[in-house]
Amino acid sequence: MTTESALRVLLGGALIGLAAAIALIAHGRIAGISGTLGRALDGDDDDGRPVRLAFLVGLVATGVIGAQLVPGAFGANVAGIAQLAIAGLLVGVGTTLGNGCTSGHGVCGISRGSRRSFVAVAVFMATAMVTATIRGAL
Amino acid sequence: MKLVLAAIAGALFAIGLLISDMTSPGRIVAFLDVGTAWDPTLMFVMAGAIGVYAPVAWIARKRPRPLFARAFHWPEATTIDLPLLGGAMIFGVGWGLSGFCPGPALVAAGTGRIDTLVFVATMIAGIVALRLVRR
Repeated sequence: MTTESALRVLLGGALIGLAAAIALIAHGRIAGISGTLGRALDGDDDDGRPVRLAFLVGLVATGVIGAQLVPGAFGANVAGIAQLAIAGLLVGVGTTLGNGCTSGHGVCGISRGSRRSFVAVAVFMATAMVTATIRGAL
Repeated sequence: MKLVLAAIAGALFAIGLLISDMTSPGRIVAFLDVGTAWDPTLMFVMAGAIGVYAPVAWIARKRPRPLFARAFHWPEATTIDLPLLGGAMIFGVGWGLSGFCPGPALVAAGTGRIDTLVFVATMIAGIVALRLVRR
């Protein structure tokens, strides 16, 4: 880790915080990506759907533009296609069952001092670290 | 205005993920793999995000309503239950295997790489399937 990379990463984090702050102040929404995606897809509530879809369009469109402008920001995938398919399923099921991911629990929940989010983050960080460490050792 | 602001928030979120290397699965795995060459830099993503969001959330708590909606949608659950614990465990395993959590995966889908799109597709399938079951 260099000071330069730590500062860049800190700035990136601050932008994520700013984006989540806009979602809260403007729309009264928690900017958790798994929940935003799930509720946008099944549309079981309400007036919030257009706002969620607009947020997701901004997110994905920036990915499309970013892939052209800064392709290096994406790096290589670390797993084969079969492992990615399984991992995707686990991430989808796990974040829906646990009601949140790195953004909803990790950023928004911890910032609010939510006990559930502190527990969720401790658990998913622990299992992610164990999984990645075993994976790295194999 | 309301929708434009939401799209801007989504774009800022993605830019934040891009410049903090969150869209690079190799960097995520280097952070999660504490075995050989642990790279703790990604701690700063959370520090930066919480540093900005926490004071805003604190102020929002005291306000009656957001700018463009009738009310704040604060999460209501407070109990530490089995779905929370089990879900977090399952999510962690998927994250550790792939280096992708939902936000970065959606941004990385912009590359159009087939294996990344497969991850996003099964992630969405998992989300939709569980939401249908839970209904």
